Amino acid sequence: MSTATLEPRVHAQRTYLNADYGWKSWLFTLDHKRIALLYLVSITFFFVIGGSFAVLMRIHLTEPQGALVQPETYNKLFTLHGIVMIFFFLIPSIPAVLGNFLVPLMVGARDLAFPRLNLLSWYIFIVGGAFTLYSAIAGGVDVGWTFYPPYSSIYSQTHVTAVAVGVFITGFSSILTGLNFIVTIHKMRAPGLTWFRLPLFLWAMYATSIIMTLGTPVLAITLFLLALEHLFHVGIFSPELGGDPLLFQHLFWFYSHPAVYIMILPAMGVVSEVIACFARKRIFGYKIVAFSSVAIAVLGFLVWGHHMFVTGQSVYAGLIFSLLSFLVAIPSAIKVFNWTSTLYKGSISYEAPMLYALGFIGLFTMGGLTGLFLASLATDVHLNGTYFIVAHFHYIMVGGAVMGYLGGIHFWWPKISGRKYPNAWAALAAAIVFVGFNLTFFPQFILGYLGMPRRYAFYPAEFQVLNVMSSAGATILGVGYLIPLVYLIWSMRYGPVAESNPWGATGLEWKTPSPPPPENFAEIPVVNEEAYAYSAQAQEATGD
Amino acid sequence: MHNLPFQPDQASSIAKSVDNLYFFLTAITLFFTALIFLTIFYFMIKYRRRSPDERPRPIEGSVPLEVLWTAIPTLLVAVMFVWGSTLYFQNSEAPKGSLEIFVTGKQWMWKAEHPEGQREINELHVPLGRPVRLTMTSEDVIHDFFVPAFRVKKDVLPGRYTSLWFEPTQVGTFHLFCAQYCGAFHAGMIGSIVVQEPDAYESWLAGGTPGESIEQAGEKVFQASGCSSCHLSDGTGLGPSLLGVFGHPVHLTTGETVTADDGYIRESILQPKAKIVAGYSPIMPTFQGQLTEEQLNNLVAYIRSLGAAQPKAKEAAKP
Amino acid sequence: MTEAEAHAQPAGLAHQFGDLEQQQSAATLGIWVFLVTEIMFFGGLFASYAIYRWLYFAAFEGGSHVLDIRLGATNTMVLLASSLTMALSVRSAQTGNRKATVIFLIATMILGGIFLGIKGVEYNQKFVEHIVPGLDWSPEGTVLSRLAPGGLEHAQIYFFFYFAMTGLHALHMIIGMGLLLWLVVRAHKGAFTASYFAPVEVVGLYWHFVDIVWIFLFPLLYLIGGRY
Repeated sequence: MSTATLEPRVHAQRTYLNADYGWKSWLFTLDHKRIALLYLVSITFFFVIGGSFAVLMRIHLTEPQGALVQPETYNKLFTLHGIVMIFFFLIPSIPAVLGNFLVPLMVGARDLAFPRLNLLSWYIFIVGGAFTLYSAIAGGVDVGWTFYPPYSSIYSQTHVTAVAVGVFITGFSSILTGLNFIVTIHKMRAPGLTWFRLPLFLWAMYATSIIMTLGTPVLAITLFLLALEHLFHVGIFSPELGGDPLLFQHLFWFYSHPAVYIMILPAMGVVSEVIACFARKRIFGYKIVAFSSVAIAVLGFLVWGHHMFVTGQSVYAGLIFSLLSFLVAIPSAIKVFNWTSTLYKGSISYEAPMLYALGFIGLFTMGGLTGLFLASLATDVHLNGTYFIVAHFHYIMVGGAVMGYLGGIHFWWPKISGRKYPNAWAALAAAIVFVGFNLTFFPQFILGYLGMPRRYAFYPAEFQVLNVMSSAGATILGVGYLIPLVYLIWSMRYGPVAESNPWGATGLEWKTPSPPPPENFAEIPVVNEEAYAYSAQAQEATGD
Repeated sequence: MHNLPFQPDQASSIAKSVDNLYFFLTAITLFFTALIFLTIFYFMIKYRRRSPDERPRPIEGSVPLEVLWTAIPTLLVAVMFVWGSTLYFQNSEAPKGSLEIFVTGKQWMWKAEHPEGQREINELHVPLGRPVRLTMTSEDVIHDFFVPAFRVKKDVLPGRYTSLWFEPTQVGTFHLFCAQYCGAFHAGMIGSIVVQEPDAYESWLAGGTPGESIEQAGEKVFQASGCSSCHLSDGTGLGPSLLGVFGHPVHLTTGETVTADDGYIRESILQPKAKIVAGYSPIMPTFQGQLTEEQLNNLVAYIRSLGAAQPKAKEAAKP
Repeated sequence: MTEAEAHAQPAGLAHQFGDLEQQQSAATLGIWVFLVTEIMFFGGLFASYAIYRWLYFAAFEGGSHVLDIRLGATNTMVLLASSLTMALSVRSAQTGNRKATVIFLIATMILGGIFLGIKGVEYNQKFVEHIVPGLDWSPEGTVLSRLAPGGLEHAQIYFFFYFAMTGLHALHMIIGMGLLLWLVVRAHKGAFTASYFAPVEVVGLYWHFVDIVWIFLFPLLYLIGGRY
């Protein structure tokens, strides 16, 4: 059995939260756990901003002629909603918050490989966010989060360069975080912690980090080229000077497709941890699930052309990308089957994290299957550029990634804060989110098939009913997201104090107090059991 | 005619086949969603924790199951891939004898030009039952020509031609949408495709023609721009004869052979030094900036229309 | 901040590592991962270059012939020499030779400075000839218009790549110079020993990478069409 020393539970115990005080101890911290909290606050801030834009959009779309703003303003709203949510919420979310907090704990180390690089990553994130906020406040950007030229390079009169610089800078935060994780997982695993004893969350973070480090630099050079084109009209994307706007699309999607796997793989890692804990069983097919994460990361780099099936590109290119896009779905399907099988003959309890994880499985399944409609060339011709696409990616990113993130926050909250939250409220919020989410986005599949294009500030009256349904759902969804903000903050002061392992979970992070001391472990643990050794706990005389 | 409440009209020759694939995909989606949901619900109830000390027996996995649930999805997606690709392939080339119409997109309107010279804005009249091929370009940013009822869509790019085709099977008026975000009034860049019975279409055409077909207009541009002074039809001019060129292979000075399609004609007018016919010198001036998109379209239509006479091969005279 | 080390630490050992060997190993893996990200970064640019060169070969060839091949070749030699001095500096650090480490680092900086100086001369020439896309592009009547028969606007794309690729490379050189300066100061203070020299090795790898990028840039930009 593990030999980690258990700290006696004394009220005045020294944790990473109280070991030092003052703003300098936070803003100049090198402790990965504090940096994770800095990210938590920042991305929550951006989530509220991005979410506010979404609320305004959905209110606006209740009327066919637009209920709230001018079309130019609407165009800025959807642009900034996309940019903020993708680059400043979803991509950092699990890696920068949960990953930063947990990776060292889960490998049994005292910190990440490069703590100063970690703090630098956060500052880079903030600077990039500042540029983006500036562009929003100074009048906004209206080029879509996809920045397609020639509109973005020549025709748009908005702050394209500022926001391109902002996203460019933030990309380095992602690259450095990924680099840090790769080195930490390779070089700092505790004695006895072999690769196939790693929790699946770490496999997921590892695969995600591969994408972050290999893909994000391509986005950087793409935005760099676009900014030069916008500022100096050098011709690289301008047809009248011999340039090709489709080159931008290839470069952009070469990153932005793998980016969606940056957003989903960590959530899948969370789901593995939560399912194992709340079914009290080792994940069925552990090695397969581990390999499937890496397979998704690799295959994800080969499918970018499916965003360009209707651009007039060669039919043969379309065939290849379509085939590969179908293949990348297979590892995800395998995960879903393995998670479901984990429940078989398990011992299942339904605390909030489990509700989020189960919700993830259902909604991700739907979102993933609707991706097949888009991988298929003949149907993609009809569905591309419509609300079907919007529904598909929101099922994956909101129904999937955000649920995974919230599930992870709820699962590790006692470890992070040392407090427990009221499960009844958490379960209620999860249910509200699930209902609100489906009401918001399911009608959009139908709208898309009927032909309503995306990014429309006004629309033919026949689409109104479905739009109103979607907006109603968005209101409910918004309420569902606000509730955890309230009780989680409340719990930090008034929640019951959490013990080291309130869920009875396996994993090194649970063998240290809640919250952990700054150095994580009194002594570096030695690992001599497999991951998810839940049945071995039965033999354990001394519990947590 | 609406088949289902949540379905657009099936108003083209391919709409039904696209919908069939769509329904298959929907069925698969519903099946697997239901399978997962129900299985999870069942396990959730059957294996709910009954006592706090329960410790389930560990189950490592099952290779046969992994093979099964890898093979079946792979098979299913293979079917989807073949079905979708075949349909896409079949629909990719317009049938011979299609009605050729030029479409130009610009912020924020659609302009169409019929072979007879009839022009339309934000509307496109087409006859029932005849394939129509659109040759499209943009005057500014990327747009997208989308007709939900026909299940067709193609991006419209500046500086090049893209094309799509459809055969209307139903009389009526159908939505035309721009489906690639193009700026402030992207949502307003919509119009109608008006499908008429063939005789109604003919009367509509006759009703407002400017009296000059698109090819006649093209011939006028050909003369006025001086093309005819070099591109003599007997092949003795400074430039190659254009008789019978369209759609056939052309040998270039670089040794390559390309097909003289819309894009080649357009490029040769705007960037004449890009692809030079073997045996000729790079002396053609460029017309970039001197011709409107409409004039370019007219020239392309005119050169398309030139007969199948064989040009005389000119003796090679390298500079 | 973490506190309370109960056991004595070797000099330079960070608290999250068990021993210097682990720390060195992590630093080396870290810099290699970083260099892979740099390959992807430049890679996007190289891929775009490849596409346009294939499309507009004549313009690229013409543009390339305007560049001064002697300055380019000199710079190549200069950078190769700087990689040699850098490697010697790493070797000196490995053997605990403080003085040699500093000298070779300074030599690397001098060579880097020469490279940047020559680059500056070349850039200035382009401004004089008005062939700087976006900033000063009026090539009619210049040497370029005689050499590039394929259309001047396509030569503009060539020169865009010239400036973007060499500019990005030069930016990396300047950052490298900053890193070298930092190393010189630390080395001079005796921070590096035979058991702790990872920073020198890490910067060395970075410097070699920047050198290798130039080895690709030189033929791709200066030697198109072969005229040596």
